[in-house]
Amino acid sequence: MIQRSLTLFGGLFVLILLMGWVMGAPFTSSRLVEAAAYALIALGLNIQWGYGGLFNFGIMGFLMVGGAAVTFISYPVNPVFWGSEGPAMLGRALLAFAGGALIVLAARKADRIGITGKWKAALTVLAWFVAYVLYRSQLDPAAAYIESAAGGGWVGGLGGHPILGWVFGGILAAGIAYVVGKICLGLRTDYLAIATIGISEIIRALIKNMDWLTRGTLTVSPIPWPTPLPQDFQAGGMNIATSLLAARAGYLLLALVVLGVVLWLISRAYAGPWGRMMRAIRDNHIAATSMGKNVTARQLEIFVFGSVLMGIGGAMLVSFVQIFDPSSYQPINHTFLIWVMVIVGGAGNNWGALFGAVLLWLIWVVSEPLSKAVFEFVSTWSTQFGWGAIPEIEARSAQMRVFVLGLVITIALRFAPKGLIPEVVKRES
Amino acid sequence: MTELIFFTNQVVISGLVLGCIYALGAIGITLVFGILRFAHFAHSELMTGGAFIAFLLASLFAAWGIVTPIPTGFVVLPIAMVLAAILALGIDKGFYAPLRKRGAKPVTLLIASIGVTLMIQGLIRLFFGAGSYSFFETEPKEVFRMDMTSIGSTRPLVITEPQVLMIVVTLVSVLALHFFLTRSRLGKAMRAMADNADLAQVSGINTALVVRVTWIIAGALGCMAGTMLALDVTLKPDLAFNIILPIFAAAIVGGLGQAYGAIAGGLLIGFAETLAVFNWTMLLRPLNAILPDWMQLPPTLALVPTEYKLTVAFVILVVTLLVRPTGIFKGASS
Repeated sequence: MIQRSLTLFGGLFVLILLMGWVMGAPFTSSRLVEAAAYALIALGLNIQWGYGGLFNFGIMGFLMVGGAAVTFISYPVNPVFWGSEGPAMLGRALLAFAGGALIVLAARKADRIGITGKWKAALTVLAWFVAYVLYRSQLDPAAAYIESAAGGGWVGGLGGHPILGWVFGGILAAGIAYVVGKICLGLRTDYLAIATIGISEIIRALIKNMDWLTRGTLTVSPIPWPTPLPQDFQAGGMNIATSLLAARAGYLLLALVVLGVVLWLISRAYAGPWGRMMRAIRDNHIAATSMGKNVTARQLEIFVFGSVLMGIGGAMLVSFVQIFDPSSYQPINHTFLIWVMVIVGGAGNNWGALFGAVLLWLIWVVSEPLSKAVFEFVSTWSTQFGWGAIPEIEARSAQMRVFVLGLVITIALRFAPKGLIPEVVKRES
Repeated sequence: MTELIFFTNQVVISGLVLGCIYALGAIGITLVFGILRFAHFAHSELMTGGAFIAFLLASLFAAWGIVTPIPTGFVVLPIAMVLAAILALGIDKGFYAPLRKRGAKPVTLLIASIGVTLMIQGLIRLFFGAGSYSFFETEPKEVFRMDMTSIGSTRPLVITEPQVLMIVVTLVSVLALHFFLTRSRLGKAMRAMADNADLAQVSGINTALVVRVTWIIAGALGCMAGTMLALDVTLKPDLAFNIILPIFAAAIVGGLGQAYGAIAGGLLIGFAETLAVFNWTMLLRPLNAILPDWMQLPPTLALVPTEYKLTVAFVILVVTLLVRPTGIFKGASS
């Protein structure tokens, strides 16, 4: 097993070297930083799916939450907004939200004063409606005001350190995961998958359209780095190519430190009693319940932990590319890709998830230039035969990676259903 | 009366059209779930693929110079449905059957269906690019404007020819499916297998045949839904990928495994989406004359802004899962 893992990781290392040689060091260094962030996200999914058997298909939502959080914390302050009436109006909207929440809570406790059954259900629906109208009546004018020139266009950031933003991304993702988990975790696997996809789409629609908070499709940039930027190195007299490499190496180092700490923590958790309990719940939750384990609470716990890693990973990605563009988030790129990473790598094995994340990210980024090269080769060949060239090679090769991703996952499910580095099941002999 | 006609145009017709498409898609999903017990995500690609097959056939017809009285998309629909059914059978044979033989869990099949989705999606984009196509490049899209001045409306009632045909075709196919499921031997076998697969097999039902028929129906109805959606709007590679979740919502709201539930759920979701974004001021404007000044209606009075239209389905889905997970028609429980 160890030997197999070492061979696979060695192969991956050779692949990275090869890529650096063919595609150039600046390209490869960027992809490696992204691969580190994706590895963190894949570890998050590995906790949820590999340890706990939870079917989270809403990864995209958590990545967006992390990205929005780091944008909010680390982007420079927008003085126009803070000098306008915007904060006061938002405060009123928050009060309206709290008031609405109180109304809903009160309606849910209506049985205390003797309202039960159908009347209570009707009252709850009415309370939800009133709360919604109350909130919208305060939020809509506030949003319209902030989006106007007088309100500063949008809320802006807080000007904090990006690492604080990563932490906040994790916390925000945890909060949302807690609510989502409370709602959905009682559901059976495929229902859970559909419900989480639905919730991630709701999150996407909100972040995309709340222009006052996230600037929506107008996108926010540049978002600061936690480590020195290439421009900082250039100011010190370094040439452009070296400064790019130096800056990315700094970022990569930070990402690897985070990744290493997380990997160490969750590997210890896996080996400890907590991990054994989680695997027991995953393999047979009825038996685990009969042993006195609170299955729902433990599953909620693991759902929140995994989502924290996804939030941090999403924040790291946004910090690195320096632009937060809500319309660039797609279920294929940000949910299904992560799933393929974990399944191909080996669900339940952290090294497997790590390996799968780096390998799949490299395949994902390489498949476009590679298919372009293949198409160009075929095109010249077919032109020589007089069949004409392939039209629109650029656009077509960009779509090839979706096909390659589908191909990889179907092959993996067919021939290596447990992944390349499968989970090691320890048995007392 | 103008307001009422406007309401009909904006809500009744478009809600019905959307509901028909959701219902046809949801029937396929619900049947596959009932027989094979897994959520088949690649249904969206059966829809998009079917629509592209129909589009290719329609282009062929146009190239041969065949002119039809109704839109060519509807004429080629039966052929496209047969081809889509073969495609669905092929996908099952190539990707799901080996996994089933190995005794894989439904979850694995779900992930495999996502892989299939990605592959077909990639292939369609590879051959057709990312642009959008229209069935009505060579022929006009007929629009019926019914004059309603006789009942005091200044607006006409607007409905397009594809929309009328779509509603008729959906009605016919739903009735056909109903008679198939209740009257024919095979349909009864399908319902028996959906209820209890083991019991059905022991009582001598040919389960392999039932599985094949399920894929044929799912592929054909998916192709029909996709083509009709493409006829109503435009044909693009992510045509059905974007609406697969509302379709799942329709299937779950109706009760997974229940064909009639899928129809009810589809119509429910379709109408809920159009009603939620409808601007009620347009309908209630006459009230402004009676209401005092301080209670005048605002210019827009919609439940949710238009950009959140798709989230309506998800909210209904989540609420259904919480309140009544079995759906309206008591499908498979969660």
